[in-house]
Amino acid sequence: MCKEEKVSENFEWKTVTDEETIIRTHAWSPPGCHPVGCGLQLHVKDGEVVKVEGDPSHPITRGALCPRCLALKEFIYHPDRIVHPMKRAREDRGKNKWEQVTWDEAYDIIVTNAKKIIAEHGEESIMVFGGTGRQANTYYPLMAFMVFGSPNACYAQSGWSCYGPRATITAHLMGGGYPEIDNACRYPDRYDHPGWEAPKYILMWGKEPLKSNPDGFWGHSVIDLMRRGTKLIVVDPRVHWLASRAEQVVQLRPGSDTALALAMLNVVVEEDLYDHDFVDKWCYGFDEFADRVKQYTPEWAEPITWVKKEQIVDVARKFATSRHSALGWGLAVDQNPNGVQLAQCLLSLMAITDNLDVPGGCTLGTPIAGDDDPARDMATWGFESGILKPEVWEKRLGAKEYPGFSMIMNQCHPDFTLDVLESGKPYKIHMAYFHSSNVVSGAIAAQPDRWYEALKDIDFGVAQEVFMNPTAMALADVFLPLTTFAEHDGHVQPHYGLNAAFEAAINKAVTVGECKCDIEIMMDLGKRMHPEYWNQYEDVVDYLEKRVIPKGMSFDAFREAGVLQPPEVYRKYEKGMLRPDGQLGFLTSTGRFELYSTAFASFGEDPLPYYKEGPFTPISRPDLAEDFPLILTTGARTYVSFHSEHRQIQSLRDMVPDPLLDINPEDAERLGIKDGDWVLIENQFGSCRQRANVTSTILPGVVHAMHAWWYPEKNPEAPSLYGAYESNINTLLPNGYIGKLGFGDTFKANLCKVTKDER
Amino acid sequence: MLEGYALYVDYEFCSGCKSCELACKNEHGFGREEWGIKVLEDKPWKKEDGHWNWNYIPVPSDLCDLCVERFEKGREPSCVQHCQAKVVEFGTYEELAEKMAGKRKSLIFRP
Repeated sequence: MCKEEKVSENFEWKTVTDEETIIRTHAWSPPGCHPVGCGLQLHVKDGEVVKVEGDPSHPITRGALCPRCLALKEFIYHPDRIVHPMKRAREDRGKNKWEQVTWDEAYDIIVTNAKKIIAEHGEESIMVFGGTGRQANTYYPLMAFMVFGSPNACYAQSGWSCYGPRATITAHLMGGGYPEIDNACRYPDRYDHPGWEAPKYILMWGKEPLKSNPDGFWGHSVIDLMRRGTKLIVVDPRVHWLASRAEQVVQLRPGSDTALALAMLNVVVEEDLYDHDFVDKWCYGFDEFADRVKQYTPEWAEPITWVKKEQIVDVARKFATSRHSALGWGLAVDQNPNGVQLAQCLLSLMAITDNLDVPGGCTLGTPIAGDDDPARDMATWGFESGILKPEVWEKRLGAKEYPGFSMIMNQCHPDFTLDVLESGKPYKIHMAYFHSSNVVSGAIAAQPDRWYEALKDIDFGVAQEVFMNPTAMALADVFLPLTTFAEHDGHVQPHYGLNAAFEAAINKAVTVGECKCDIEIMMDLGKRMHPEYWNQYEDVVDYLEKRVIPKGMSFDAFREAGVLQPPEVYRKYEKGMLRPDGQLGFLTSTGRFELYSTAFASFGEDPLPYYKEGPFTPISRPDLAEDFPLILTTGARTYVSFHSEHRQIQSLRDMVPDPLLDINPEDAERLGIKDGDWVLIENQFGSCRQRANVTSTILPGVVHAMHAWWYPEKNPEAPSLYGAYESNINTLLPNGYIGKLGFGDTFKANLCKVTKDER
Repeated sequence: MLEGYALYVDYEFCSGCKSCELACKNEHGFGREEWGIKVLEDKPWKKEDGHWNWNYIPVPSDLCDLCVERFEKGREPSCVQHCQAKVVEFGTYEELAEKMAGKRKSLIFRP
């Protein structure tokens, strides 16, 4: 056996040899990814990254990397990358008529336009758009609040249906951060740590973490856990590879998840499998809750979910009686108009089976507020700086209409925003800033062509991106080139701080063109818009030290510390650690985990969970199902792209060259479709084309379509916009079908028909 | 080529991510149409017991030299280090045969 890899005791972030310099760093984005913070070693020679390797000393990733980071060099030095600021005349939007400018000129154009628009229409008429999961998530709201003084930061996905719903419902029912599978990630000695135990089961619900690493949880940890005895129960309409390793796959009808969860709760309550001690001491409203779930029997759920009642009973018993077990709740919870109730059910299931904040269950982040929290309290920062005025904050779009949303989310409401963009009422948006957000053809916007139309005539547009994309080509007047994480200093922590297993430094290794990072661009514009506030920050490192990294630490000390893991403390509700007042219990008005939600009641929502059939299903719309007989579910990830990013990276594109539609062999045969055929997918909202992947892993009557496809190799100019609408499945998915609190969409359950595309 | 050494693959847990393919290309500078290791797929089919047969198997190619240069520096092969599921291991025939004896769904490759 070869010698063990040598790992130095002290983390040396920079190693200089005669031949090269090795920079150790921790990944976030760009290139797009969640804040997973994987450990890398970037080999630099003559100012260029010549080789990318994993860092064996990283406690979580231990030398491994996914294909996207292994292709990092290709990404950094891609010939299509934009490395200088550019401008374009407003009348040339949609045309490839860009002109290189200096940063100063680009900033002057932005500031002149922004100041004029603010003077004439108010700060609120500037909207900053952000995409999903990226580092820009931390900085696009700040760009709105603290550079332009606008209350309108927009994540343009119908019902804000990614992570926000889960985080918000967690905040309403118990306070605290995000519950995550306990993968021993706060321990330097990981799985060997005394007192840690592997989950007996992981109930993996609408989530495929190996590919998505959501939202900073390193997905392949699940394999580590399985090697240590963890069994899987997978709830998913698709059998994915991980499901093939599960003890059971609960293959439900897309969108019927809440019915399944209610029926499982029915079994746990009726068969008295819940933890009486936890319920008595720490829960509020159990009697009402038990009374509610009584009606949702497994017999009731079987025809709704397509899951046999015996299996519902079996998995409910297994999860409830195998303490401790973890629940991996995924995007399917968010992308469902009934998803708030699903989140309510799943959190309640974790709670009453005593699997919250216990070894081998789900860990719980502490509620964090104020300056220590980079993710949650940005509006307060805006007020404190004097840049965001309280009376302007009052104009945040959709805040009054969706109080259950706006109390936790510091954003404007996306569906409400789209209506405002179209109607100009109550006020018109005059400037759009696309901050790593490919709104008109990416992953998140439903009916992206509708967003394009709504934004087309905006007075002024800015895009801040690594590559040209359909949104920048369609709508930007100024393009600001962004660094990759190899080109800037920064900070990464999983779950954006909501359950941060560690913090680590992003260390700059190289310079590419004139690219700048999110923080530097924000500071540059801030100093031009509001020097009275922004001049206190000298540079990126100064900003990181004053606002982002642990207080009192220099950035050099921070990066020399490597991966900073806080101690894991279980059962924080028993220790007064979940409330700022130090009282025992949870951060709710009752101080307990609310099985009966007093918060929901105050928003006019049912305080108890219920089932509501989705808006476009064979049950709710048998009329539509005659024309569109297949159930459409969308958005499963691949290893080789982060939503609409990475499509131009050849080694990754070679692995998944085309968008694929999973279709069952029975349906394919009936429709005369063979594996690999191009097919047309249509419904009343739109159409697109993808290639058939004929597979029995999808149920008859159901198809799954990949999301976020565009073609960097196709004509960049409008109306093509790199083939923006040829294969984008979101053209079939509407805005405006959301739940009462303002969350949810139909990305996981809609209707369509599929025909062979003879073109 | 290293005599006496081989690659062990635990294909129960190969998730098909293809990190090994790119890690190998990075190490050896292989081009677009060259691989030192390639992940093959036995596509999913349902067994009578209701479970699924779906296996990915990384197979070293003719170009695999077991990362002899890394070995000389005391490092493990690039595919072994970068594998996210830690399913590829390097060792002597004896060490790997012992591993295999205790593990279903495993293979040993001598490239």
